[in-house]
Amino acid sequence: MAREALQTGSTIDGFLIGEKLHTGGMATLWSVTHPDIAVPIVMKVPMIMDGDDATVIVGFEMEMMLLPRLTGVHVPKYFAVGDYARQPYVVMEQIDGDSLLPLLDKSPLPISEVHALASRVATALVDLHKQNVIHFDIKPSNIMLRKSGEAVFIDFGLSRHLQLPDLLEEEFHVPMGTGPYIAPEQVLQNRTDFRSDIYSLGVILYHLTTGERPFGFPQNVRGLRRRLWRDPVPPRKHNPETPPWLQEIILRCLETDPGKRYPTAAQLLFDLQHPGEVKLTERAERLERDGFFTVTKRRFGWAGTQGSPRQPEVVAATSAPIVMAAVDLTDGMEQLAETLRIHVQRVLATVPGVRLACVNVLRQNRVGINYSLDEEGRNIHVQRLVELKDWARPLNLDREHVTFHVLEHTDAAASLIEYARSNHVDHILIGARGAGGLRRYLGSVSSQVVAEAPCTVTVVRVGQSETELVD
Amino acid sequence: MRIAFLSDIHGNREALDAVLRHAGRHADRLVFLGDLVGYGADPVYVVDKIADEVGKGALSLLGNHDAAAATGSVEGMNEYASAAIEWTHHELDPASRAFLIEMPMSIEDEDRLYVHSEASSPRSWQYITDAGSAERSLRSTAKRLTFCGHVHKPQLYHMTPMKPPVRFLPQPGIGAPLVGNRKWLAVQGAVGQPRDQNPAAAYSVLDTTRNELTYFRVPYDIETTAAKIHAAGLPKILAARLFIGR
Repeated sequence: MAREALQTGSTIDGFLIGEKLHTGGMATLWSVTHPDIAVPIVMKVPMIMDGDDATVIVGFEMEMMLLPRLTGVHVPKYFAVGDYARQPYVVMEQIDGDSLLPLLDKSPLPISEVHALASRVATALVDLHKQNVIHFDIKPSNIMLRKSGEAVFIDFGLSRHLQLPDLLEEEFHVPMGTGPYIAPEQVLQNRTDFRSDIYSLGVILYHLTTGERPFGFPQNVRGLRRRLWRDPVPPRKHNPETPPWLQEIILRCLETDPGKRYPTAAQLLFDLQHPGEVKLTERAERLERDGFFTVTKRRFGWAGTQGSPRQPEVVAATSAPIVMAAVDLTDGMEQLAETLRIHVQRVLATVPGVRLACVNVLRQNRVGINYSLDEEGRNIHVQRLVELKDWARPLNLDREHVTFHVLEHTDAAASLIEYARSNHVDHILIGARGAGGLRRYLGSVSSQVVAEAPCTVTVVRVGQSETELVD
Repeated sequence: MRIAFLSDIHGNREALDAVLRHAGRHADRLVFLGDLVGYGADPVYVVDKIADEVGKGALSLLGNHDAAAATGSVEGMNEYASAAIEWTHHELDPASRAFLIEMPMSIEDEDRLYVHSEASSPRSWQYITDAGSAERSLRSTAKRLTFCGHVHKPQLYHMTPMKPPVRFLPQPGIGAPLVGNRKWLAVQGAVGQPRDQNPAAAYSVLDTTRNELTYFRVPYDIETTAAKIHAAGLPKILAARLFIGR
């Protein structure tokens, strides 16, 4: 394929080529301008040599397929792709910020900084996974931070959109990914699991917390396979400042078996947003790696596993949802609270892996004394938590699957909606106090939640006879 | 331009009408990939309708059931298929038979090849069921995109020059970009007799500007179609299988 060489000053499809910003192993990056585009943009051009390296070509095809379909602040805004036969390229927004790469040299970072970065990247991952895309190459150099703070993923050359053809499937002779970050199932050439990205994020968090790579920098497949049985040195051993909740989160992300990791990025983010609510297991306090016997057993268990079937069952990003129960604990609403619990129970029984957030709003007066600041206020808050836990007790949930939150707010509906948004709740169950005319006229909490929540909402009512409905 | 591909209508009037209504909103041009008749109770209506569309610029390819129904030869067909073909042959008038038999085996259109069955040997009516048969078909043409039918199961294959093709099971309603320097083989599901366990009529639309192919499923009134098959005295199994898409 003969192609005209790009150079500063030349024009292609209306894009004026500016300076060359970067030459990587796979592509060059040019600053470009276009009369119709006001924001700074870059053109990514694959390095296609005469030998036509298949991985470069396929990776670029993947980006051409995915970028136009991705939306939101956590991916570069897409503008154009070039005709493959003439001059392949992708034009996208230039991100005004740096990648996470320089942070590796500064690690270990203060825990508060690791925490903030983790939350940002997990937020971006939730958004990417909701668009049905697994990145498969999450690493510091592929994550940019906007000046406004949001994390942005770049380079989708190894990615997979679960509703589109996987162009990389045919290239499968070696594991694809980046040595230090690749998940064990990727080593086994399985490209169907969202939790592979959670693993890679765990590697980054480990590195930022400890200054060390959990699995070194393996140079061959044999080296990569070690992580199938060898667990990493617990972060606390490297950095004693690591709080138990953070070690718990990191080691859960780094579980060899995807089934033991967070089921979704949203559940990981939930723990990052509520570190005090993280269920601590034996992982949290661990100071040594697993012993010889455990490791040998694990190694033996993996023996013979060269690769998993081509198309194992795909785990949907929407599985293991976060369900929020907005519980009204006001006197006289006991029947409604019980009806709500019955409906929550039905959801828990039919959907596996649910994480339940039980939420109650403690109303603050707009004017007057703010009770939460004094002793009595604290007591009220604690009392509400106790009542919330008592409400959930018949559900018999493990601590890992349920959390309790009392929100203090002047506007109940707004606080519930905000909670659902920031915690990526998938489904809200909320009770409606009645269906009376006055309530309809004034507007109820539940109707505002239905109208404005970013997810599915189920409104639960206590069954009433017709006469009771009349105000 | 948006081109709709309809294959394996098999004399199913209700399914054809439902798909044409749907395609009316999603496509500018129609390509029929063969097997207009056979199995279903409305061969006359279907042939008239498609002949009418061809008069307005649509393309229509020859399928094995069309050839058999036109000539009355049922060689190589199973018991139910041959019963339906004999019945269909008598239903059709000479003009309809002539229209069927004169349809082309394959058509090349810009970077696209249209054909009823596997393209390396169209007259032997081979099925595309796996990467091997898909590769035979893809290697026999220089065209970037091939559209065919015949197996009644939607499948999308893509292949680079040095590797065997990979199969993708398209998701209804989600456009797949046919990117890059690779070949694509778009096997259509059936309009009139789906066999991928989804009873809704199947067809697809290629948007040539966006270089994107979208498979669609269109529900239709199966009860009416089945009642007509019973009334015509055709084998009852031809009606029963429509409800389960097998």
